[in-house]
Amino acid sequence: MTPFTTHTGIAAALPMPNLDTDVIIPKQFLKRIDREGLAEGVFFDLFKDQEFVLNRPPWDTASILICGENFGCGSSREYAVWGLMQWGIRAIIAPSFAGIFFGNCEKNGLLAVDMPADDVEELSWLAQDPATAQIGIDLHQQRIIQGGSNWQFDIPAARKALLLEGKDHIACTLEHETEIATFERHHGSDAVH
Amino acid sequence: MTARTLYEKLMDAHRVRQFDPDTVLLYVDLHVMNEYTSPQAFAGLHSAKRRVRRPERQLAVVDHVNPTHPIRSIAEIEDAGGRLQIETLAENCTRHGIELIDLFDPRQGIEHVVVPDLGLAHPGMTILCGDSHTTTYGAFGALAYGIGTSEIEHILATQCIDHTVLKPMRVSIVGTAGPGITAKDIVMAVIARIGADGAAGHAVEFAGEAVEALEVEGRMTLCNMIVEGGARVAIIAPDAKVLDYIKGRSRAPQGADWQALVSRVQGMRSDPQAVFAKEVTVDAGDIAPLVTWGTSPDQALPVMSDVPQPKTEAEARALSYMGLTAGQPLTSVRIDRAFIGSCTNARLSDLRAAADVLRGRRVAEGVQAICVPGSKTVRAAAEAEGLDKVFLAAGFEWRGSGCSMCLAMNDDVAKPGERLASSTNRNFEGRQGQGARTHLMSPTMVAAAAITGHLTDVRILGGPA
Ligand code: SF4
Repeated sequence: MTPFTTHTGIAAALPMPNLDTDVIIPKQFLKRIDREGLAEGVFFDLFKDQEFVLNRPPWDTASILICGENFGCGSSREYAVWGLMQWGIRAIIAPSFAGIFFGNCEKNGLLAVDMPADDVEELSWLAQDPATAQIGIDLHQQRIIQGGSNWQFDIPAARKALLLEGKDHIACTLEHETEIATFERHHGSDAVH
Repeated sequence: MTARTLYEKLMDAHRVRQFDPDTVLLYVDLHVMNEYTSPQAFAGLHSAKRRVRRPERQLAVVDHVNPTHPIRSIAEIEDAGGRLQIETLAENCTRHGIELIDLFDPRQGIEHVVVPDLGLAHPGMTILCGDSHTTTYGAFGALAYGIGTSEIEHILATQCIDHTVLKPMRVSIVGTAGPGITAKDIVMAVIARIGADGAAGHAVEFAGEAVEALEVEGRMTLCNMIVEGGARVAIIAPDAKVLDYIKGRSRAPQGADWQALVSRVQGMRSDPQAVFAKEVTVDAGDIAPLVTWGTSPDQALPVMSDVPQPKTEAEARALSYMGLTAGQPLTSVRIDRAFIGSCTNARLSDLRAAADVLRGRRVAEGVQAICVPGSKTVRAAAEAEGLDKVFLAAGFEWRGSGCSMCLAMNDDVAKPGERLASSTNRNFEGRQGQGARTHLMSPTMVAAAAITGHLTDVRILGGPA
């Protein structure tokens, strides 16, 4: 997957809560067996509104989203993450994420950061002003930087390491083959059919 | 040993390795797949030249994109994309020796209905699937949750999953539910109380006498829909009802395996001293039939309420999308379509309850009503009881099985502006069709709305006409 170390870009504010994956990418773009061509489906219905933030400069080139709580709720579709990345999004900051979406981000190297609501609100205000919409993210330091200010964020060590190195999760797990095989030997056969 | 919750016990029993305090490598007992989230996982596996580690621990079901009107071959599916997904699943299953329940299998249906139909979900298992409502199997005392496509590929290759440790949360439903109150009303009341992210980052255990009183299918409705309250995992301590439900089904454990399961079940509950990070208690006696008025499942109220004054920008947007005016009684809201289906509410008990409301009555003029049984097994059982005749006589269409209008990826799609009474789980903008307006409710409430043509408290209809 794509590693994530540091990134600087335009941040766009999408403060509505519970922005679900049906809105992030509607079903008509999901009738496929590949991961291609999904950028055109991202926020498809929202883009019809000329006032939608991602329609307006400088946010039409945004690579960071500052979102409301429970971002990415609903359907498990990983198409949402593939689409956002194809559109150009590298990082999403929100007070909370839906669990599956959060996992999908991590597996693709899209940085999802959950931060206290007050911090997210501050960043959201900054993002709404073109003069302060550019922000930096440093995963090593676990820091968001805007002008002279910075905000710390938390991330579990294992997840951080995978993101920084852009490691293949499956290869990492297969390094523990002996443990898996041992577990299988002692574990019951439930549901083997 | 420190006291543990049921969730923690199941995690411990499947731990292959602990990466850090928040991340565990868990062994997956059963992995279920569908045609719409799995193709890219197989493609990834193939390009990395990896094999499926345990083909016998996989099950694939076609459900999301298939039509629910009768067809004789895949070639009759007009939508090329959907057809390709169905064909690709079959190819992948053949190539890797994975059991597939395809469109023409007599057991086909929505994956979360098919797995319990077969008796494949057992207490104490880990079950994962590339679909958010995999929590359904928590009703059997299984640790079960939904995953994305990269994680599907991960399980195919390793039979394990990187699990982020969740905080345990207990939702106690105390007291006794009144007449006409269903499991759907209970879970909608919980979600309305805690909010759409109220259980985010948590593994919810349902407990309390009203949960014990529910039959297993009602418990599936609870575990299924609490996902809309943000829960990643839902679980209920298994009891004799669960064993009875599994017993005799085609894939139920046999002989010594069955005995082992029966004795294991005894210990499958949270220790009395176990600590939950969050506790919520709801009195079942206070619950009235609920309907949603907005575009998030937590925007729900008792049906006898008025449409609320919007308190936030999001609520104002929801009302405008839904075409509703604050202060208008919810029962004045007229519907165009009624849908009984989905993995939340299309099991035999749901169809029986809805049929009890429909018996001797007719769908209101101008309302298009359809029933999509959760699986062909459910459909056959319902037909054996004559329920199909009740639905048809009332003016409902009686369809084949699949997700259908729950996500409208097949040809069952509502038109812009159309308003639906729906027994599904998501009222998101555009979920059942672009511009379509969804009101979520129980199957009996959908039946009541179909008959009167507007949102209705099913309790005022009384018993069968
Ligand atoms: S019925 Fe609806 S919620 Fe259930 S699996 Fe199908 S699409 Fe998802």
